[in-house]
Amino acid sequence: MILEIAIRSLQVTISALIVSTLIGIPVGAWLALVRFPARRVALALVYTGMGLPPVVVGLVVYLILSRSGPLGGLSWLFTIPAMIVAQIILSIPLIVGITMSSILAVDSTLRIQLRALGATHWQATRDLVLEARSGVVVGLAAGFGAIISEVGAVMLVGGNIAGQTRVLTTAIVLETREGNFDTALALGGILLTLAFAANLIMVIAQGRLREIK
Amino acid sequence: MLTINRKIALAFLTILTLLAVRCTPQPPATLRLATTTSTQDSGLLDIILPDFEKKFNARVDVVAVGTGQAIAIGEKGDADVLLVHDRAKEDKFVADGNAPARYDVMYNDFIIVGPASDPAKIKGMATAADAFKAIAAAKALFISRGDQSGTNARELAIWKAAGINPAGDWYVSAGQGMGELLTMTQEREAYTLSDRGTYLKRRSDGLTLVILVEGGSDLLNPYGVIPVSAQKFPGVNADLAQKFVDWLLSVDTQQMIADYKIDGQSLFIPQSEPWKAAHP
Repeated sequence: MILEIAIRSLQVTISALIVSTLIGIPVGAWLALVRFPARRVALALVYTGMGLPPVVVGLVVYLILSRSGPLGGLSWLFTIPAMIVAQIILSIPLIVGITMSSILAVDSTLRIQLRALGATHWQATRDLVLEARSGVVVGLAAGFGAIISEVGAVMLVGGNIAGQTRVLTTAIVLETREGNFDTALALGGILLTLAFAANLIMVIAQGRLREIK
Repeated sequence: MLTINRKIALAFLTILTLLAVRCTPQPPATLRLATTTSTQDSGLLDIILPDFEKKFNARVDVVAVGTGQAIAIGEKGDADVLLVHDRAKEDKFVADGNAPARYDVMYNDFIIVGPASDPAKIKGMATAADAFKAIAAAKALFISRGDQSGTNARELAIWKAAGINPAGDWYVSAGQGMGELLTMTQEREAYTLSDRGTYLKRRSDGLTLVILVEGGSDLLNPYGVIPVSAQKFPGVNADLAQKFVDWLLSVDTQQMIADYKIDGQSLFIPQSEPWKAAHP
């Protein structure tokens, strides 16, 4: 049962992370490289988003997905997809923000050099992102750590349903409430181990990426 | 060099996608039950629900929250059926057109628990209101659920009946479920109002708080089941909800409720109409 909860935690978080990576890296690159009028406002929004209170995100997602809300027809409230949506919203700003700053940290003359060497706009952007990849990996690790350990949003929108939407963090809350401190502590240990393992994998990947360069 | 990189990335992505795909939405025959923490924390649902799931080839998704929140979930049409214990709010829920009817299911009772040392000397008092008066007079620490749950609603009603507006350093509003609140009450050597079921379950797990007041007429705790209106909320699975209600009220299920005991004590006493007809 504990194993099943741990696997579900990973499923939810990894699904959310895939979506937010696919959205977050292009958006982060765009914000770093393109100048447009309200860019400063956009940057401030991203930085605010990096510290979004999970429980507020949970509340808003709850109201939107409720059968009485605008997307009620999906019947997603109290299901895995609702939890993934909340975690995507929480992790996108982290990935956008960190991708953006790592691209900005790349030598600013590189882009000009690339263009001078005949690279198209698209090729230059791609090479800049690749140049900044170790920073981008840090963004992924930060996003993973933030959402797998988050409890406020997934409790609200998932409902902590046994066998369906119970993940490590909400199970810890429930076991603590029922006075089963041993089980709660064991679940906490698994959560920490997963977070550590994910970060270790990413740190190793980061090293590999540097060597490949 | 990039190809190696790509291969690793591709393999990684494939694994992630496979993991993600396994998170499919739910199969059709599911019933969402919004209920109170006391029915879950007392262990009752774990005992009776498998029978329903087997008989109707359905799965029951239990969202266990306070009665106030469970009713709020019902008011938005986000559950198919409610099993709650706050008669005033239940009647209002039905009157507001959120449900066709509300049915008696079972009852147990509230108890006042506290440390064995009993600083406010309430042990054995006849009613909860008397005990609350003594606690307030002694300014002994009292911890309230403070979460709009059924237990919280009853507690506030008792304070009102006692003519006391609970406020001050001795009155703590915790905003926690019943299980957590009992732990907190024990740690702080305080008093609190609890449902008997959750208390017995926790006591069998080692809780050392003792029952100080019980059996008062102001301590009865009836539970009602309410199928949410499919007319008002088209997404509601009304058919299965009605089957659940009929099953819960049936004599067989009521017998299971009566048979659920911890330390030889029944946690809930059945009182559905079919049960009462069969046991006059």
